[in-house]
Amino acid sequence: MAGGVAALGRQRSPGQHGVATALTEPRWVRGLLLGTALVFLGFFLFIPLALVFAKAFESGWQTYLAAIKEPVALDAVRLTLTAAAIAVPINLLFGLAAAWAITKFRFPGKNLLITMIDLPFSVSPVISGMMFVLLFGAHGFFGPYLQAHDIRIIFAVPGIVLATMFVTSPMVARELIPLMQSQGNDEEEAALTMGASGIQTFFRVSLPKIRWGLLYGVVLCNARAMGEFGAVSVVSGHVRGLTNTMPLHIEILYNEYQFSAAFAVASLLALLALATLAIKSVIEWRTGR
Amino acid sequence: MAASPLPVPARRRGRHFRGGSVLPGFGLSLGFTLLYLGLMIMIPLATVFLKTATLTWSSFWTTVTGPRALAAYRLSLGAAFAAASINLVFGVLVAWVLERYRFPGRRLVDALVDLPFALPTAVAGIALATLYAKNGWVGRWLDPLGIEVAYTRLGVVVALTFISLPFVVRTVQPVLGDLDPEVEEAAASLGASRLQTFRRVILPELVPAALTGFVLAFARAMGEYGSVIFIAGNMPMKSEITPLLIMIKLEQYDYAGATAIALVFLLFSFTLLLLINFLAWHRGRRLRTADGGE
Repeated sequence: MAGGVAALGRQRSPGQHGVATALTEPRWVRGLLLGTALVFLGFFLFIPLALVFAKAFESGWQTYLAAIKEPVALDAVRLTLTAAAIAVPINLLFGLAAAWAITKFRFPGKNLLITMIDLPFSVSPVISGMMFVLLFGAHGFFGPYLQAHDIRIIFAVPGIVLATMFVTSPMVARELIPLMQSQGNDEEEAALTMGASGIQTFFRVSLPKIRWGLLYGVVLCNARAMGEFGAVSVVSGHVRGLTNTMPLHIEILYNEYQFSAAFAVASLLALLALATLAIKSVIEWRTGR
Repeated sequence: MAASPLPVPARRRGRHFRGGSVLPGFGLSLGFTLLYLGLMIMIPLATVFLKTATLTWSSFWTTVTGPRALAAYRLSLGAAFAAASINLVFGVLVAWVLERYRFPGRRLVDALVDLPFALPTAVAGIALATLYAKNGWVGRWLDPLGIEVAYTRLGVVVALTFISLPFVVRTVQPVLGDLDPEVEEAAASLGASRLQTFRRVILPELVPAALTGFVLAFARAMGEYGSVIFIAGNMPMKSEITPLLIMIKLEQYDYAGATAIALVFLLFSFTLLLLINFLAWHRGRRLRTADGGE
């Protein structure tokens, strides 16, 4: 990362606080630290990211477009979008309700509730998927009932939606709780005192206050919902054209040595990730964080 | 759930049931939260315990202490610990560089640190496997040195390092930003060298945050599946992580065996969760004391 070190030479101010050199490191130390950090990030972040796009286009545009326009790939895209379209709005409502209850009121057991909301983060995705197999699979608790009524959840779309919902359920709440805690309730109380109804207060005072945090929570929740692999892998059964999401489709292509096609589909998800990060940066810039 | 939208003075209506606030929607929001948590989180989790209860104690014990299971726990915990340790060191370094130095592309680098949060794990998995394979962009330079990354345990560590990369950076960064420059000025004016100032003034402030980031990274890395299976060789006893072992048992319809191992693994995870909460509580208390009490 010679570019980073050389660029340092052009740095004008001695440090962020602009005070004497006693508050900054010697120039060679700064160069060494910056260089090491960038090399580390290079090997673990930048090069892998660049590789996704390089490999996707390695065999040219034609192959790229063919891999994406393939009917099985389009089915995978459709299923991924469907799962996210169900899971994200429900988790948005859950996140709003949970953050509202936790930050606006006092009640016993609040810390336990926060821990429970975070719980899916601590559960391995494979175990998350497994729990739904234990519930709704052929040998699961509700298996005989579901079979008798000809309802399929596991190895079908509902299972994929449920697993996605479980894994992404904390995302919106996690963004909103600290934000709403730091904002306090003064505006809401003022609105209520001046005669606004609860609904009016929520839509015209509370919601505008948290809109950027809410947006980021939703965007991140969406990225995770579309990219979820482990949990979905357990419940899907890998039926092409039926229960294959984009990440699962990537796995199948990769295991069949169709690398260009695998990376072509992967590049779509990488673009989604980059868009998510871009939206985050814009939000941080707008809110002056 | 009498969640009246009218701004009725809360105190007269019994503050316990309104959560001690004039704001409406207590019953509705808490009720929905508990319902959702119960249906989506608690019932599924309970099935793991119920299913395990169908096993006899001795068959449970043989399953969870079998040599293949033990090797899988060891690899999952060991590789997650190694990855979290790498991120502890480099996370503090990256946070320092991003917070203290100005360089072109700093904002871009700062934004990209969150990539592992947003990039699907399967995409990360195939990218890292291709990159560190023997003929890959990086692997071909490591191969002559005798370092094999892809399809070994080292590959597991590389994948886990990637997916747990943001945690230490993101916990340490705000603490560094909030550090009062006057403290550093005081140390310098009292004759401390820059290294002494860092070690004795700055570092102690960073330790609690870095530790929280470390445990978060460890917890995230431990359960990871998607990125690892592409780069690990997935050899039983050698490079097979615990989530993969659970997956294999499920594919063989050995639900009881899969559940027993999952239960043990969940207990590891919940122990870490307790540790995370303890660290958060400890840091919160530290901050409140530092602010002179609340």
